[in-house]
Amino acid sequence: MPSPFELVSASIIVFLCISLVSALFANRQSILVKLSSALSAAACLVAASGGFLSVLAGSTEAMVLPIGLPDMPFYMRLDPLAGFFVSIVGLLGFFVSVYSIGYLKGFLGRRSVTPLLVFYNIFMAGMLLVLVSDDAYFFMIAWELMAVSSFFLVFFEDEKVQNRRAAFIYILIAHIGAVLILLSFGIMAGFAAGFESFNGYTFSAMRSANMPAVWASIAFLLAFAGFAAKAGVIPLHVWLPEAHPAAPSNVSALMSGVMLKTAIYGIIRVGFDMMGTPQWWWGGLVLVLGLFSAVLGILYALMQSDIKKLLAYSSVENIGIILIAVGLSMMFAYLKLNTLAALAMVAAFYHMLNHAVFKGLLFMGAGAILHATHERSMEALGGLIGKMKWTAPLFLAGCLSASALPPFNGFVSEWLIFQSFLLTPALPGRLINLLIPLGAAALALTAALGARGFVKVFGITFLGKWRGRQGALVTEVDWPMRAGMLMAALSCLLLGIFPNLVIGWLDAVPASVVGGGIGETAKASGWLWLTPVAAERASYSAPLVFFWMVLVVGALYLIFRARGGTVRRAPAWDCGFEKMTSRMQYTATSMSMPTRRIFGFAFSIKEAVTVIGRGGSAIFPEKFLYRLKVRDHIWNFGYKPVSVASFWLARKVGRLQHGRIQIYLLYSFITLVVLLVFA
Amino acid sequence: MIRQYYPILIESLQVILVLLGGPLLVGWVRMLKCWTQGRRSAGLLQPMRDVTKLFVKETVLAENASWIFRSTPYIVFGATLMAGAIIPVVSADLPLAATADIIALVAIFALARFFTALAGLDTGTAFGGMGTSREMMVSSLAEPAVLMSVFTVSLVSHSTSLSHMVHELTTVSFVLRPSLAFALLAFILIAIAETGRIPVDNPSTHLELTMIHEAMLLEYSGRHLALIEWASMMKLFLFASLGIALFLPWGIAGIDDPGMLPVALVALAVKLALTGVFIVLVETGLSKMRIFRVAEFLGMAFLLASLGMLSYFILE
Repeated sequence: MPSPFELVSASIIVFLCISLVSALFANRQSILVKLSSALSAAACLVAASGGFLSVLAGSTEAMVLPIGLPDMPFYMRLDPLAGFFVSIVGLLGFFVSVYSIGYLKGFLGRRSVTPLLVFYNIFMAGMLLVLVSDDAYFFMIAWELMAVSSFFLVFFEDEKVQNRRAAFIYILIAHIGAVLILLSFGIMAGFAAGFESFNGYTFSAMRSANMPAVWASIAFLLAFAGFAAKAGVIPLHVWLPEAHPAAPSNVSALMSGVMLKTAIYGIIRVGFDMMGTPQWWWGGLVLVLGLFSAVLGILYALMQSDIKKLLAYSSVENIGIILIAVGLSMMFAYLKLNTLAALAMVAAFYHMLNHAVFKGLLFMGAGAILHATHERSMEALGGLIGKMKWTAPLFLAGCLSASALPPFNGFVSEWLIFQSFLLTPALPGRLINLLIPLGAAALALTAALGARGFVKVFGITFLGKWRGRQGALVTEVDWPMRAGMLMAALSCLLLGIFPNLVIGWLDAVPASVVGGGIGETAKASGWLWLTPVAAERASYSAPLVFFWMVLVVGALYLIFRARGGTVRRAPAWDCGFEKMTSRMQYTATSMSMPTRRIFGFAFSIKEAVTVIGRGGSAIFPEKFLYRLKVRDHIWNFGYKPVSVASFWLARKVGRLQHGRIQIYLLYSFITLVVLLVFA
Repeated sequence: MIRQYYPILIESLQVILVLLGGPLLVGWVRMLKCWTQGRRSAGLLQPMRDVTKLFVKETVLAENASWIFRSTPYIVFGATLMAGAIIPVVSADLPLAATADIIALVAIFALARFFTALAGLDTGTAFGGMGTSREMMVSSLAEPAVLMSVFTVSLVSHSTSLSHMVHELTTVSFVLRPSLAFALLAFILIAIAETGRIPVDNPSTHLELTMIHEAMLLEYSGRHLALIEWASMMKLFLFASLGIALFLPWGIAGIDDPGMLPVALVALAVKLALTGVFIVLVETGLSKMRIFRVAEFLGMAFLLASLGMLSYFILE
């Protein structure tokens, strides 16, 4: 029986090998797609089982790899915290790899899939390496491996200008983030072994470092900013809604589902594990940024009419929800409320697991729609439920989970977060006390707006009548794609119905991070009831909710069946309107009109109606042109000035370049003189 | 022997009470409304007669209606009935009450609304989409306000489990709290919006441009319509009893207290009758708001509810 660590290491080696083999067999495309994806799926299963076992046993294993720079070997370690993230990477990776067998066929004959397969596997390996690395040097290498390979995946369909732009913004912000993380590690390593020595680069040295509070805070802020850039926390989110839609859908599923979680892993690793006890205001900061990301993320999502862009903004929202729970947990940990800290932490981990599964499912569904219709804009879709008989219910399961509706999984984690808010005792300090009710209010608003967004996604895309080109041929996708989505949808349901099993499994993680657990109390009233603290405080029984729904719906249906009630089909009534065309339906833009009106202050909206009449006069209109442009303020106020300023600066600095060797020699001479004067 | 089965008896009694109470309460409201407006009423039982009539009528489906449209009435009915099995109406001794606490209860109502909204879009008609868009606008503002309002009560009673909240509120000596006053005010505003009453929506209108909830249901007929209508009557009853359980729980029988039941039934009838009077007074006195005024109305409710929770944390 191999140990969890051996399983994970084996899977990383397999991923790297698949990547190499894919590069070598580039001329056998159709076999390559099947073989490479199937092997990746197998490797994902191995990794997932390794992570699962590591969390289950609560074990920690470490290893030193004698490679790297002289005297600086690579340290690796798999503890329950890393094991949890490894298992979600492996789980979603498995679903997506199965799905890829079918999805990548769509590229055959159009372009070579070799780069996609090569970087897909490097990307998987990179994510796993980030999680198991145990020193700053190795961590940064793995982090860059992940960032660069995903850059090439976003860049895959490089003939489109918006994809090139998206990839550029992505790599830019990823590197700003990486620099900040590196600086944070530098501070921690310096305090661990002195700033002249290299010995402080391992995480274990940083853990034992005794840092003054000011420097600890600076190091945390740098690391948090760096990881927040990767996680897409508002205001560092601008790359996310560009890059995730640009990537092929199987990659978008992985990027949204699990890559963002590696950034959360970093925040937890630094904030809880390496820093010891967090300060309370770190938690407050994480909480406030989480709240902004959640509310603004879902508001921006509501505005979109491109499915993948909407899903990407919804990822910003979900990262916000996760950060809310992480922030609460930090505050509770500071106040030594270990059980509460564990509750909030469990809620955060549960939501990460849920979001990985349902967002993966939704991106796979968006990919299936794209595959079948070659259309991403909801304005040209509609009525797919009749044509895609499998995709529709599976996508609906994802929408229900994402809207936090029982008995699906998204509800359980949001319920746990609400419970953490409500269980908060009177905290010392007015300011934190204010944060709790405001936070609960914002979270409640987010959940309700989320449901609104997903009614729009599912309703406009799958229901109603087809809005696209006449006579378009839409068929259901093939079985590997359906299998990938089916497994993800079933996981959504099962994770929602059996929360006690999940909480019992992942209880080792908060135990190792905040030194508390809720696994025992959660199942104190039996497997049927989820009672995070005590039965009198709160309880929820997902199996009973599910059973009741099945029972009542089934019984009613059977009663009517037995009575033999007739159903007649007729044209839609619609208050007696005749000659309804599909253009008269509500569209994605008209569905979001109330939101534009109520929350318009959060966006910069440009709306214009042009009347085109006969002979250029508007008196006898023939056509109306409606133009709508919605942008978030953050781009205009935060990024545009920086981008304009850096181009200006670059032009000024560019004057130094003349292309004449004499002038460059003069520069060297001046530099030498200056150095000699000051040295 | 009877002691052992007492909770199950209560649970069944409650489900029957919810099933019948919904149409009766709506009948009562309509009757009062007729009286205040100087018309003759059709009697207390008219809503029940309407529903039974719809059950025997033929069901007509739009040509392109999918399985979403067909299964929605069942899901809506099932979800509403489940809420009925959870909210303590006459007794706090409900074995199913632990199935879902108050947060899950709000989510169960949201589940019903999610499917109703999808059904509105399913037939691809202009009015259906309009109804869905408006309903989701109202609910996306009302739902957080409901949550905030009930959170204040659950902070006071240290529980989110409804029967424990009722138990806590009835047994602990009564203290007037400013936070509860805010929460109650917010709850009344939201209950009006959630149950689709004037001034937010009008359940008896079929004027195309003013409909919200009804616009989504335009294509329903026969037994599908019967189930949805029945569910929305139960929803009115349940929101009234939820308000009673949270803010006026005195009279609800405690745990293991069968002697209290007759009193509880009478108390419930009186409280509901007074709620009906309140609804009718509001509905006769006010007219329906413009649709975008609803956002302000609900925003105010949300603010009030948040103030309630804020004042709990700051003052109490």
